[in-house]
Amino acid sequence: MSEPILKLSGVHTNIAQYHILQGVDLEVPSGGVTMLLGRNGVGKTTTLRTIMGLWRAHQGTIDFDGADITATPTPAIARRGVGFVPEDMGIFSDLSVEENMILAAADGPIDKQRLDWLFTVFPPLRTFWKNPAGNLSGGQKQMLSIARAMAQERRLYLIDEPTKGLAPAIIGTLAGALRDLKAQGATILLVEQNFAVAKALGDSCAVMDDGRIVWTGAMVELAEDAALQERLMGLSMEAA
Amino acid sequence: MLVNLLSGDRPRSRMLTLVLVAILVGLAFAPFLFPGTRSLETAARICIFIVLVASYDLMLGYSGIVSFAHTMFFGIGAYGVALASTHMGRGFDALLTGTVAGALVAALLALIIGLFSLRVRAIFFAMITLAVASAVAVLVSQLSGLTGGEDGLNYRIPRALTPAFKFADGSFLGVRMNGKLLNYYLIFIASFVLFLLLLRIVNSPFGRVLQAIRENDFRAESIGYRVVLYRTVATCISAAVAAIAGSLFAIWLRYVGPDTTLSFEIMIDILLMVVIGGMGTMYGAVIGATLFVIAQNYLQNLMGVAAETVSAVPLLPDLLNPDRWLLWLGVLFVLSVYFFPSGVVGRLRGTS
Repeated sequence: MSEPILKLSGVHTNIAQYHILQGVDLEVPSGGVTMLLGRNGVGKTTTLRTIMGLWRAHQGTIDFDGADITATPTPAIARRGVGFVPEDMGIFSDLSVEENMILAAADGPIDKQRLDWLFTVFPPLRTFWKNPAGNLSGGQKQMLSIARAMAQERRLYLIDEPTKGLAPAIIGTLAGALRDLKAQGATILLVEQNFAVAKALGDSCAVMDDGRIVWTGAMVELAEDAALQERLMGLSMEAA
Repeated sequence: MLVNLLSGDRPRSRMLTLVLVAILVGLAFAPFLFPGTRSLETAARICIFIVLVASYDLMLGYSGIVSFAHTMFFGIGAYGVALASTHMGRGFDALLTGTVAGALVAALLALIIGLFSLRVRAIFFAMITLAVASAVAVLVSQLSGLTGGEDGLNYRIPRALTPAFKFADGSFLGVRMNGKLLNYYLIFIASFVLFLLLLRIVNSPFGRVLQAIRENDFRAESIGYRVVLYRTVATCISAAVAAIAGSLFAIWLRYVGPDTTLSFEIMIDILLMVVIGGMGTMYGAVIGATLFVIAQNYLQNLMGVAAETVSAVPLLPDLLNPDRWLLWLGVLFVLSVYFFPSGVVGRLRGTS
């Protein structure tokens, strides 16, 4: 396994009076897709938001590419090359698709070749390029949200439940795009409830429960062990 | 060329374009189209308020920042010109010094308020601006040695901008060629340029980031934009432009006082103009300011005429009595908010 690009050591995060993350230890190797799995409410989203600095870890350290980013402001973390796709998509509805994309490329104009690739994997973006993003359908908004993170090459992508609530055809498009991104050698930390997608994309895997990582290993190992899935996440293989 | 001048921000509605062109032509030729002191006063006030309201919309509509200190910045600009003209004597150098100093002081004050309060929740910023604005209004009325207190300051502006100065003999289309005309065109051109500048700002990459922050500040941070910095810069630009509008007002009136430049009533007026015109669109400022100032100045006359017309009908003349003009102004605002919830511009664009 290659050197971890991201390393969380004993991270605790409180939200108001709730102690959500209770000592998260996680390593994300450079290159490939690391899945972050677990039941609802175990702290997966909080982990991503804490890495991004949107919620502060009150204990523990977060190292990104050899630098401690535990107290680094969110914009600075983004500019170090972390692309974040939040669960709620967070698109700017009043702005056009084009403006959303221009804003996402904070370091300069979007590379033409990259844009062509994004148009290929997400054709609706080209169709609705000049339209307000608020008029897009749920699936198209998710495409835009992911495309925004991909607008520039990032060193790490944090993607939170991209397939949530979407139609199977759209899930296929998104999974295809993520596979493309992975094939380019990107590093992705992906939170996903859809086990079929997780199985297809994941290289390594970390499972959370009660604000801690309770299991780490290869995705294929988890995918093949129904008893382990049942024990870790209450999943049944039939559903997958 | 024209689209370029508007920074690519087209009105996007035929009706809106017509209204905007009518306002532009009306203001550009106001001295000739609507002769008389009162109409010229109204036209100048419209020009100045368009800039003031547009600068406020940069904060409220484009950045989502609620501030109650906009009249304070307006007043700082006005007092800048008044104090410079009082102490340096009449002259364009005094006007320029006062305007630049007023804009700088306003921007500096906005920077201080912004750095202290823009990182916290919006409501705190609103409260702090309210407190600072009240403090400044009290200070201005108390420091009578410097500001003239409640009486304000009268001062002299360059002769070339006063009615006493005649730059050509006789009159053109019944309008005397005097300094007042030059003064009006100074106000008109300055306001026009400032408005185009604001239009350029909101349609620049900077303006786009402001709109993104307004919609979702966490998301904007996650993309890599420093929200506090952007909000602070927007507040400073808005304050500086409001101060310049104040300076123009002072040049036009040749008088400043707390009531004319610092009162909370003006703040309410600005808010109403933004809401009536349509938040988050610079053209809303044009429509809002024009409608509001005209209503403020002419509703009373209109009601007088209406009351006379219906004098034979019972009750109606009483209702339309010119003394009740504020009541009807209120009714008009309630109706406009009811029928144009997204402002006149929003409505016109929606129906185009």
